[in-house]
Amino acid sequence: VASAVRVSRAPAQPHRCVTEQAGKKGESRCISPRGCRKASLRRRCPGARPRRGERGKLTARERILLLLDPDSFDEYDMFVEHRCSDFGMDSDKNKYPGDSVVTGRGRINGRLAYVFSQDFTVFGGSLSGAHAQKICKRNVLCSGVVPQISLIMGPCAGGAVYSPALTDFTFMVKDTSYLFITGPDVVKSVTNEDVTQEQLGGAKTHTAVSGVAHRAFENDIDALLNLREFFNYLPLSNRDPAPVCECHDPSNRLVPELETVVPIESTKAYDMLDIIYSIVDEREFFEIMPFYARNIVVGFARMNGRTVGIVGNQPKVASGCLDINSSVKGARFVRFCDAFNIPLITFVDVPGFLPGTAQEYGGIIRHGAKLLFAFAEATVPKITIITRKAYGGAYDVMSSKHLRGDANYAWPTAEVAVMGAKGAVQIIFRGKQTDAEAEYVDKFANPFPAAMRGFVDDIIQPSTTRMRICHDLDVLASKAQSNPWKKHANIPL
Amino acid sequence: MAAMALCRAAAGGKRPAGRALLALLKCEMLCSRRCLVTSRQLYSVVHDPDEKTFEKLLIANRGEIACRVIKTCKKMGIKTVAIHSDVDANAVHVKMADEAVCVGPAPTSKSYLNMDAIMEVIKKTRAQAVHPGYGFLSENKEFARRLASEGVTFIGPDTCAIQAMGDKIESKLLAKKAKVNTIPGFDGVVKDADEAVRIAREIGYPVMIKASAGGGGKGMRIAWDDEETREGFRFSSQEAASSFGDDRLLIEKFIDNPRHIEIQVLADKHGNALWLNERECSIQRRNQKVVEEAPSTFLDPETRRAMGEQAVALAKAVKYSSAGTVEFLVDSSKNFYFLEMNTRLQVEHPVTECITGLDLVQEMIRVAKGYPLRHKQADIPISGWAVECRVYAEDPYKSFGLPSIGRLSQYQEPLHLPSVRVDSGIQQGSDISIYYDPMISKLITYGSNRAEALKRMEEALDNYVIRGVTHNISLLREVIIHPRFVQGDISTKFLPEVYPDGFKGHKLTDLERRELLATAASLYVAEQLRSQRFLGTPRIPIAKSQRNTWELSVHLEDGVYPVAVSKNGSSFSVEVDGIKLNVTSEWNLASPLLSVTIDGTQRTIQRLSRNATGNTSIQFLGTVYKLQILTKVAAELSKYMPEKAAEDTSSILRSPMPGAVVAVSVKPGDTVSEGQEICVIEAMKMQNSMIAAKTGKVKAVHCKAGDTVGEGDLLVELE
Repeated sequence: VASAVRVSRAPAQPHRCVTEQAGKKGESRCISPRGCRKASLRRRCPGARPRRGERGKLTARERILLLLDPDSFDEYDMFVEHRCSDFGMDSDKNKYPGDSVVTGRGRINGRLAYVFSQDFTVFGGSLSGAHAQKICKRNVLCSGVVPQISLIMGPCAGGAVYSPALTDFTFMVKDTSYLFITGPDVVKSVTNEDVTQEQLGGAKTHTAVSGVAHRAFENDIDALLNLREFFNYLPLSNRDPAPVCECHDPSNRLVPELETVVPIESTKAYDMLDIIYSIVDEREFFEIMPFYARNIVVGFARMNGRTVGIVGNQPKVASGCLDINSSVKGARFVRFCDAFNIPLITFVDVPGFLPGTAQEYGGIIRHGAKLLFAFAEATVPKITIITRKAYGGAYDVMSSKHLRGDANYAWPTAEVAVMGAKGAVQIIFRGKQTDAEAEYVDKFANPFPAAMRGFVDDIIQPSTTRMRICHDLDVLASKAQSNPWKKHANIPL
Repeated sequence: MAAMALCRAAAGGKRPAGRALLALLKCEMLCSRRCLVTSRQLYSVVHDPDEKTFEKLLIANRGEIACRVIKTCKKMGIKTVAIHSDVDANAVHVKMADEAVCVGPAPTSKSYLNMDAIMEVIKKTRAQAVHPGYGFLSENKEFARRLASEGVTFIGPDTCAIQAMGDKIESKLLAKKAKVNTIPGFDGVVKDADEAVRIAREIGYPVMIKASAGGGGKGMRIAWDDEETREGFRFSSQEAASSFGDDRLLIEKFIDNPRHIEIQVLADKHGNALWLNERECSIQRRNQKVVEEAPSTFLDPETRRAMGEQAVALAKAVKYSSAGTVEFLVDSSKNFYFLEMNTRLQVEHPVTECITGLDLVQEMIRVAKGYPLRHKQADIPISGWAVECRVYAEDPYKSFGLPSIGRLSQYQEPLHLPSVRVDSGIQQGSDISIYYDPMISKLITYGSNRAEALKRMEEALDNYVIRGVTHNISLLREVIIHPRFVQGDISTKFLPEVYPDGFKGHKLTDLERRELLATAASLYVAEQLRSQRFLGTPRIPIAKSQRNTWELSVHLEDGVYPVAVSKNGSSFSVEVDGIKLNVTSEWNLASPLLSVTIDGTQRTIQRLSRNATGNTSIQFLGTVYKLQILTKVAAELSKYMPEKAAEDTSSILRSPMPGAVVAVSVKPGDTVSEGQEICVIEAMKMQNSMIAAKTGKVKAVHCKAGDTVGEGDLLVELE
């Protein structure tokens, strides 16, 4: 089994949307398989092209053509037809060989991928029994076995949205794709809310507000070409190791700019992405959910050619604190990496969990526990670098030594403590003593107390971070750790 | 972090072991950083260790000049004290110096110009001398006076020389007295046109006529003969009377196609003075020098000697000691006229050091200590040729350079090339902030002749890696390869004359375009091939691509070019416009510099960015080109993609550069007309007036006076 990629859109109502394929009717059915194959191709591509083009979209086959290596596509079920007979659907002119989806397998950079591409030009790409059978998707059973990726390239509504929701990653195309349970008309009739498709379920909504989608791309071509690149980061299945690409970036490269990246004032923000870009191979980082819960950064990169998952607090946004959304975002990412043997590298600069009623009422305890659970459960190599603050419970959550971290490092600027000096002194002395703050800073605002207790394995020079991580990954490549037998764990959902 | 290390190490004691280790670790970090900033020197005079000198010297400056002074101090065995503002706590000059003290917050008026704080540091650190660098307090007589009263040596001329040369009128009078050529002219009431003609003839044509009261070039008229003088007199006298109520006229020699050539002088306290030849600094924008060289292509030995002797005469007349610069304007017939004297070390001093072999900072320190000069005029050679380019963090496409800021995410000086000197005060990871001069470095190349120096400069510019900020390498490279510059046909008006519509980057010839397309296409294919190479053996074998040819479509500037690439061994055969090119390289895709050979021509290119959709920016011949490389199939399909509506830029005003908002002249609801000032942005000592691009009503104002804004930030929206 290899990774499954869906290139899809599917409207809510099966079979009723027959408005899209005008102009292609009247083609005679043919008997010979060869003739039929031709008819199937002919019906899909040439006739449909102008209509799709006008709307700024590619056809189902064009999408497959761009996604897969040239001449690598092997199609399945080209002859399957739908079995609906109501409303004259059983007439010949309403039968299309292959029905409204193109399925098959192919190669992306030589590596096997299974693909289906729903065809808007046939019944609006609606889901028939035959269509569903062709896809034969067992999203849930495949989950954790092969990476599954959905690319939403048109409107997708109703029950159909749950297929992408079950896959590991959902990407969207800006301005032309939508995802919602019910469209604006139903929303209006039920709740009297006025909302456009774009506001309700456009790419912006799902990548920035709801967190349903993981990335959005400019257009179909941008999306498909990015998908090819993204695919290269992923192993083909849970029984394959993380892929290792040929790499030109030396593993022992020193990164001098890291010496100055953390500002002297510990209240001043910096961009965690600066650190990530300068450490990873060739400054290439495929960020996941860049616009959602921006106080945590997650994504894929390579270290000495090997795919790694990167998790980092983002001091630039909300001081990099953990809240409900960032915990959930981080947890899902960590679990994906763990499921597919991708080592985890965590950069920590976290002042704590976000306090307040909104968070407590929202269940920060339950959601924060997801990230804690995910890191604790993960058996892939785990390397952690504390760049600055690592306070309290949030320190513990961020892949700490206590959660079976393999290599935990601190930069000289690290402060591993229960909380910041100011807050601590206020609580301990109730505002009575003021000079205690300096003492607290002196005692705890440095990496030594943690290093003395063995909570960090070493205090390292920031410029050597890349080198250390690459060496550790080499050593940890053979790491084999297993959790006790269980039907499945009970992550606090 | 350095300062913190010092503080912590100093404050330590409670946990000696840990503290010491931490301090050690941090010191190690410092050392490793220090190694990064060594750069090649191109002066040869060595220091005599037996000559007693200062024990400790404070550098009242920042950036490259502070680093430059520290380097010489290290050579001479002098301990150094750096001063810095709080944002500069991590700066290179701070790390290079033996001691560093913070003198205040970021604004220069509160730090590098804060005399009280600096005097305090001098007292505290017991520095015996102060080198002021250039700018800041370098020509401040009050500072020199305060130092003298504390018994601290100011490395520069005496207070009276600073004062005399600091005043434009007084310096001219002194120059006249010392028989230095000054611009001949007449300032006063001119009776009639005949008298004007007489004066003009006395001065010699061409002359410039204007009302004395009019500032700058306002109302200026140029007369090349008697007739034009009469006309000029008529207009100017009318204007003088009507506009200013002041009849006086200024008739002055008009310097046609002026060059800015300056003479470096060096004088001691014993009455000796030398001239160290000239520097040609004609390539300027907004009166700021961009490219300098020594010697000048324009001067013959006689003119050079005449200028040198006059410069020395002036220095002697004011009892000048230390290094100084006498600036001249030189006209097309090699007549030269005194402009002003700078009583400090100049930015462009390295070119003089290259051709004379002297270390000017060392000589300044020696002179300040009271030693006589070690050289005679006859010992001063002109050996070889040196060119200096000022590399700035600025966008040359906007009026030859508007400041840009940012963090240097990657930075690599071309020191691996021969005869290259880089004077810089920054390193990888440094911030270029809005508070100070946006100069990144001075790039100097040296050769046995001008052609060699320029060739090396070309290579050095191509091999200079600066990422994270916009820089002016493209402009510098265009200037030094421009035929007029190569021939030496330059003047202070070079940039506006050569680029009347503003600088737009390198213009590709057909051959260069093919080279760029072939290189970009080869890079794309190399990248595609690499992305199919995985190490290890997966359970499902990877299908090996048998592909050997690629049909691509490359979008460059306004054209789309079909490009066919075929691989043979490590090189690519690329067909562009029906012409085949052979492209070879190591194809190291991680290296910031890529050396590519295209049909035997070696080019160093830099790929600045790429993405999955084939968008690539490549720095080629200094200029950054944006290309999109797609397979033929993808390119054909891309015409079906929707055009995204571009933002209507006439109804919004964005900040063209990072800076501070000085004033906002509109509020929501106001009606503005096209060209009306909306707000003023100050960046790097420059005030820029932002004007409305169309007439309309103000919808929203997103900034207020005092705000700090970034490049591209939305300032004001019109309806």
